[in-house]
Amino acid sequence: MATAQSRRLARWMSMPAIIVLLLWMVVPLAMTLYFSFRRYNLNYPDRQGWAGWNNYYYFLTDPAFAAAFQNTLVLVIGVLIITVVGGILLALLLDQPFWGQGIVRVLVIAPFFVMPTVSALVWKNMFMNPVNGLFAHAAQAVGLQPIDFLGHHPLSSIVGIVAWAWLPFATLILLTALQSLDREQIEASEMDGAGFGARFFYIILPHMTRSITVVILIQTIFLLGIYAEILVTTNGGPGTQSMNLPYLIAVTTTQQDVGGAAAGGVIAIILANIVAIFLMRMIGKNLES
Amino acid sequence: MGQITLQQVTKAFGDVEVIPPLDLTVDDGEFVVFVGPSGCGKSTLLRLIAGLEDITSGKILIDGKDASHTPPAKRGLAMVFQSYALYPHMSVRKNIAFPLKMAGLSKAEQDAKVDAAAKVLNLGSYIDRKPGQLSGGQRQRVAIGRAIVREPSAFLFDEPLSNLDAALRVNMRLEISELHNQLGTTMIYVTHDQVEAMTMADKIVVLQAGRIEQVGTPLDLYRRPDNIFVAGFIGSPKMNFITGEAAAREGAHTIGIRPEHLTPSPDGGMMQGRVSVAEHLGSDTFMYVETDQHGTLTVRAGGEVAFRHGDRIGLTPMVEHLHRFDESGQAIR
Ligand SMILES: Nc1ncnc2c1ncn2[C@@H]1O[C@H](COP(=O)(O)OP(=O)(O)O)[C@@H](O)[C@H]1O
Ligand SMILES: [Mg+2]
Repeated sequence: MATAQSRRLARWMSMPAIIVLLLWMVVPLAMTLYFSFRRYNLNYPDRQGWAGWNNYYYFLTDPAFAAAFQNTLVLVIGVLIITVVGGILLALLLDQPFWGQGIVRVLVIAPFFVMPTVSALVWKNMFMNPVNGLFAHAAQAVGLQPIDFLGHHPLSSIVGIVAWAWLPFATLILLTALQSLDREQIEASEMDGAGFGARFFYIILPHMTRSITVVILIQTIFLLGIYAEILVTTNGGPGTQSMNLPYLIAVTTTQQDVGGAAAGGVIAIILANIVAIFLMRMIGKNLES
Repeated sequence: MGQITLQQVTKAFGDVEVIPPLDLTVDDGEFVVFVGPSGCGKSTLLRLIAGLEDITSGKILIDGKDASHTPPAKRGLAMVFQSYALYPHMSVRKNIAFPLKMAGLSKAEQDAKVDAAAKVLNLGSYIDRKPGQLSGGQRQRVAIGRAIVREPSAFLFDEPLSNLDAALRVNMRLEISELHNQLGTTMIYVTHDQVEAMTMADKIVVLQAGRIEQVGTPLDLYRRPDNIFVAGFIGSPKMNFITGEAAAREGAHTIGIRPEHLTPSPDGGMMQGRVSVAEHLGSDTFMYVETDQHGTLTVRAGGEVAFRHGDRIGLTPMVEHLHRFDESGQAIR
């Protein structure tokens, strides 16, 4: 494809960027690793020195850790399922010609531009509030007992809030994929006797797999780090019911335990990598052309 | 069976009438070619027959039964698209088996039919590859394979060869003609290339702006064109047209003479002129002659003719091959 010389040139030209990115990644990682083996608590500045594996031991054996780990997975998987399925359905809908298509498409994208803290607060106070929220009013109007969403179903509620914010992203990418599908393929399948269901499963869905993969990978990266929505709605509670790993690490930090938080960070990095490897094994081949 | 009849069929997109009322009969087993310039409505007409577009008014009969509002899959027709429209994520085998699978055939029946089609079309060596790994000609064969396994009552082709290079086009042209002889199924073939039309068709339908200009066998259209449009469209190089006094002498508004019906001579002749370009193809010689009386005329002569650029020559038309047209462009017979 390229000559040896142009390849060598390409290597030299990309070197500065690679070095900057490497430093960008390696320096904080090295510092985190260093702190995670140190005794470093701002409340006890006199206790210093190496901590061995203690920081890891205490973080992993904290009962909150198991809950946070599980909640993180529920949050990621729950939001992924809702956004991918909902995104496909919305994309199919928006791909149909109808009056006001342009405006509706802009409206669909809108939630993505709302800051996570703002959208979570709006959901918490205007919709999910068991006394003043719209849902409570709606329930009362039809004679039902209002549900205390964040009190009784904190994790599902947060999954809902986050899914609402990410649905536009999934819809947008999947809609683009749908629009790039060759009309003649659809017509060919029509002549071949495929009904709507067969057309969806044999033609449309396979065409979208690559985009679905992109949606899953990108969202997973961001969903593993969900923090703001939890902070403004439940603070991880009640108890640890809506605590995820980033939130647990943040809590450890607010207890001034820098060493413990660093250990938590390293554990989170390892878990995120396991998830990444798992994902790439499962769906990464879809990205190969 | 595969007889298709169009009765007063029209098609409009919004306010634009693309097909004015049109009648046509395609007989069972016939190879019919729709030919016409780009944008004249050939594809639209084919898609109306396939059921991919709704007709605005009129009737489509397939084997005598009204199919005007029958969904595409139920019309028993198979279509080969210009872009081939293969399913990119399925192997060649799965592509061909897809219509059979949709029809609910068992795996064994599917395999048997796919293997039979693969044999007819020589797909054996790449039956397990994906369409993306095939050349244009191979994709074309797969698309045809997907059409024949359904055993349709008629095949519809929409400019199937336009994406292939010249040599391959000649090959595929032969293969499709052979396939027609082998299967004996009705075929409707759309092209803008009059050479394809002349070489393949039992019957040619010449279209212009959605209207049928003439229907007939290739030689019919060549020998007895109904109007100037058909006369100019069929035949290569194009027919020469002469208007004015010379035409009036023949009692016509325009007279037409094909390049092969002008005989060049070193001197004398009915017209005189200077050769501006002479193309020596070996088998033929095409000359563009600036005549003193009638502008530039194209002449087709044998390969042994040795005139070159700048020579003055005489031309004599073969009067028995003269075509006469009136003011509206209709042939005078
Ligand atoms: N879906 C459509 N909407 C509006 N106009 C169309 C549509 N399809 C085709 N046309 C118009 O109909 C005419 C005939 O098109 P087509 O049948 O594709 O021509 P051809 O295949 O002979 O080149 C063209 O003028 C084209 O612009
Ligand atoms: Mg066309």
